[in-house]
Amino acid sequence: MALDLELTHTLRSFVAAVELSVGDGATFALVGPSGAGKTTVLRTISGLLAPDAGRIAVAGETWLDTRRRIDLPPERRRVGYLFQEYALFPHLDVTGNVRFGATNGADVSALLERFRIAHLARARVDALSGGERQRVALARALARDPAVLLLDEPLAALDTHTRAAVRSELREVLAGLGIPTVLVTHDFEDAAALADEVGVIVEGRILQVDTPAGLVAAPASPFVASFTGATLLPGTAAPGRDGLTEVSLDAGLTAWSTDPGEGRVALGIYPWEVSIAREIPADTAVNHVRAPIVSLVELGNRVRLRVGPLAAEVTAGSATRLGLREGEIVVASFKATAARLLPL
Amino acid sequence: MPPGELISALQSDVAKDALVVTFETNLIALALILVLGTPTAYWAATRQSRFRDLVVTLIELPLVLPPAVAGIGLLAAFGRLGLLGGTLDTLGIDVAFNKVAVVLAVTFVASPFYVRTAVSAFEALDPTLPAAARTLGAGPGGVFFRVALPLAAGGLGAGAALAFARGLGEFGATIMFAGSLQGVTQTLSLAIYEQFDLDFDVALAISAVLVATSAATLLSVKLVTRWRSTSSSPIPSVASSPLSS
Repeated sequence: MALDLELTHTLRSFVAAVELSVGDGATFALVGPSGAGKTTVLRTISGLLAPDAGRIAVAGETWLDTRRRIDLPPERRRVGYLFQEYALFPHLDVTGNVRFGATNGADVSALLERFRIAHLARARVDALSGGERQRVALARALARDPAVLLLDEPLAALDTHTRAAVRSELREVLAGLGIPTVLVTHDFEDAAALADEVGVIVEGRILQVDTPAGLVAAPASPFVASFTGATLLPGTAAPGRDGLTEVSLDAGLTAWSTDPGEGRVALGIYPWEVSIAREIPADTAVNHVRAPIVSLVELGNRVRLRVGPLAAEVTAGSATRLGLREGEIVVASFKATAARLLPL
Repeated sequence: MPPGELISALQSDVAKDALVVTFETNLIALALILVLGTPTAYWAATRQSRFRDLVVTLIELPLVLPPAVAGIGLLAAFGRLGLLGGTLDTLGIDVAFNKVAVVLAVTFVASPFYVRTAVSAFEALDPTLPAAARTLGAGPGGVFFRVALPLAAGGLGAGAALAFARGLGEFGATIMFAGSLQGVTQTLSLAIYEQFDLDFDVALAISAVLVATSAATLLSVKLVTRWRSTSSSPIPSVASSPLSS
């Protein structure tokens, strides 16, 4: 099966040009800021939007080929499309929604069981919670026996409380599917949790494609680094001692990196690679910033700090042990191997 | 006038004939309006065609035209000497001054009340619902019958009731185009006009029937609207109905 796609489409302020292929059972996430052209890709695959030019083949069947004038209407493309707000039909109950596009062979009651909504079979959809609505929408999309699954911001309509639970549920569902899945989100964390491969898209172009871990390990551009959560510090790089690169940061500090580089660069540091201490520690980290804690925010079992220009993330336990409070002067340290150099 | 006299006044042939003619022609007109008006309204609500504004204007025209002009217009179009009269004549259809004429007059005058409400009802639909239906295998026809129609049903019902209430009281276009022949084209409002000089009690009794029927029709819209809004589905607000525009 698998999905192969290439498309060009003129949007309001730029031209989207996207090329991607997703294997069977694989999940590909397109992440990027809103208005980057992510939904355009999904609408094109589903046939709801006719692009200026393009070619889409799913499971060996051509759905779109503008050069050969092939353009199947949406109802003839076997897609499962999960809309951002789920787009459940308010005039039908849960069963009616799931049955709407079901193929003749589809076992609707088995699907209701599988998604734990059998007890809601006769319920009105506007009486459901966010998580339940998503399960109904997924069951409805899969009842069609799709050849490709499209998810548009599947977690955006949920509150933070249910988000984490639904995310791990969705992960399990996706893992059990044998078809390609394309997921669209503005949240890198969601993409990293759900997808095998992530493409960062900005203004209609995919900047970099890699596994979530690969993107973080080697972001190809300052945008990808900052989008995946790194703090960017601009500066000027030059070869320094011990084969390291010395970076004079615009903020007035000097940092060392194992990445090669010269001239204008951005130094990218992920918050979880920054450690916090009261005094300069005698460890392997070569980069130290002594500065007051600008802000301190608790995120469940973690605490996110801003120390001078750096963002740091430590466990809630460590923060309590050190008695960290806003305004106090601490030392933030990171290793030269954690300092990524990105040419500007 | 006591209720007993009112009922006996309604026993007169004039009143009974007018009742039959009115309901017969109005029900046929309503059916015509629904069958022709619903697809037209859906088309206008979902297409961004250059002809859209032109078509909607033509449909709305009877709202603002004096009924006399509507009558003249219908005569000019369908009368024996009218634009289409010759064609209809060769087909053996004579339109003017019979029940067909009453149906045409009522349809012409009442249809904008339905179509305008129906357009707003279709426009009020969340556009992702038809899109979702397409991705679930429904063609354009399936989207209309399985999604748009049931979701707009409340608004369509309200529009149909408004059109029906307007049609029941139709006077000007009917008297000019269809005349006022008892048992053939004389509707309730035409009978009132005639009986006003002959038998005031009959005129009064028929008026009471019209008031009661129209009030019941409008009230039923409100009850249906309330029942549906507690259960589901978007219904266009009163502000979008032609009565308040």
